[in-house]
Amino acid sequence: MPTKGKSGSEPDLFSLQLAVEHLHARYAHALDADQLEDWPNFFTENGTYRITTAENEARGLPLPVLYAEGRAMLRDRVQSLRHANIYEPQRYRHIVSSVLVKAIDRSRVSSESNFLVIRIMENGETLLFASGRYVDRIVFSDEPQYEERVVICDSRRFDTLLAIPL
Amino acid sequence: MLERSWPAEGLTRVPYWVYQDVDLYREEQRRIFHGPTWNYLCLEAEIAEPQSFVTTFVGEMPVVVTRDAAGALHAFENRCAHRGALICMQSRGKAERFSCIYHNWTYDHAGNLTSVAFRKGIAGKGGMPADAKPETQAPKKLRVESVHGLVFGTLSKEVSSLESYIGPEILPRIKRVMIKPPRLLGSYTQVLPNNWKLYMDNVKDTYHASLLHVFFTRFRINRLTQEGGVFVSPDGAHHCTYTKMIEDRGDAYEKDGMRSASSQKFQLEAPELLEQVDELGDGVSIQILSLFPGFVLHQIRNSLAARQVVPKGIDRTELHWTLFGFVDDDEPMTRRRLMQANLVGPAGYISMEDGAATGFVQRGVAASPDRASVIEMGGSGVGSGDSRITETAVRGLWKAWRKYMDV
Repeated sequence: MPTKGKSGSEPDLFSLQLAVEHLHARYAHALDADQLEDWPNFFTENGTYRITTAENEARGLPLPVLYAEGRAMLRDRVQSLRHANIYEPQRYRHIVSSVLVKAIDRSRVSSESNFLVIRIMENGETLLFASGRYVDRIVFSDEPQYEERVVICDSRRFDTLLAIPL
Repeated sequence: MLERSWPAEGLTRVPYWVYQDVDLYREEQRRIFHGPTWNYLCLEAEIAEPQSFVTTFVGEMPVVVTRDAAGALHAFENRCAHRGALICMQSRGKAERFSCIYHNWTYDHAGNLTSVAFRKGIAGKGGMPADAKPETQAPKKLRVESVHGLVFGTLSKEVSSLESYIGPEILPRIKRVMIKPPRLLGSYTQVLPNNWKLYMDNVKDTYHASLLHVFFTRFRINRLTQEGGVFVSPDGAHHCTYTKMIEDRGDAYEKDGMRSASSQKFQLEAPELLEQVDELGDGVSIQILSLFPGFVLHQIRNSLAARQVVPKGIDRTELHWTLFGFVDDDEPMTRRRLMQANLVGPAGYISMEDGAATGFVQRGVAASPDRASVIEMGGSGVGSGDSRITETAVRGLWKAWRKYMDV
């Protein structure tokens, strides 16, 4: 945990909130700046990343749009985007807000936040590509990392393709 | 009706106006989607319980698909006889009856109009004349049949049974996949920036897979040098292509200097994502099957899915993906299917490019309705064979389309 509260043992909720928001912000900036190679490092070694839809979640259906288990799979995704998959040049702009943080135990917190992802094509075409919620479990060791990040998209529709992670 | 004429070369040329003409698009709705074709509606598993329903589309027509209290399947146009409003707003659920929210006209599971609110008025005032016949504007009913758990509907009274429509070349390849009752894993929609036929054309194009989808080839999942083949129905309408699991250790791609050639520096750190169990017992790793006009069934390793192609205008198509396993899947198999969901859909390692490539065609041909595609891989015929370096199934699509459209 980032800092100790005045009493000495319990973490200070304010610093916890800041630390989580800082993690979310660094994550968003890395993706938006095309620093895909940094993306796996926001996760723990066995951290999981799953994109799904609110509809599948509500129906209790397990289908992911994208799923990775551990940094190796996250790195595979990046390698494939860099060297195998073909997609038109595009960038995202992440807007992350309404961050809720709740302590789970002494080293872990859960967090829920809202996101908007705007997709900008090379010709300037700009689209509200995705909206939804991040539902996270974050571990604090040296620095906070996602042990689990679930990206729940509000819509079941995806325009053309989803290459860059959300 | 169409003033367009097809190029003299025949099926080896597909003129670009087929993806652009608004009048033609309207005519396709009438002649193809609402004509003598069977259109995919849903999995039976999605309406497993009595009185359950889903809403979907046949071409642009909104449709309600139901299972009645006695277990029979029905489908009817989602349009109230009164003013034409949607009868059913929800995408799925269970209902004892369907009531249009606008004026509360009510329908049963077969789409029969069962009551008109205040039909006889109140206290002798108002209401409809005794000889009124609102049923004359009732929603259209579809014939419904299912094959191996896949539900199809047609507005046509003339078209033959679903099984004979599919035919003996392709039907066994559906049965091959649907060996047990399916269990739904989930669904999503990919919106494609192109005409619906460009997607069907892409699905039937066995030549592109290992050239566009580099992931395939780099990991030797699918190379044209691997054993495989293609089946095409005699009318060209339906197709099925398959690839065997045997590893290709050759270097045909490397010798030809293909973009998709294998690179030593690019290897999966977590190849378990691709591990396949030969659950169908025939050593086939990939089978892609299409039925005219807009249905695709895929087996990619242990990923199974139905894809429904829904036209939304000349340059917009919705692709509804429904991924499934089987009811008796154990935990490792479900996990495998969910892992391999990474291969398909909008974020699919091997399918994300399809939306982009077909969109590129839509954009590329914008100013050239007078020009045509060159479709001569494998000659000019339409038929089955053991090579996938062919565009025989693509020519099949156009052979069938021209027959329906009388072009």
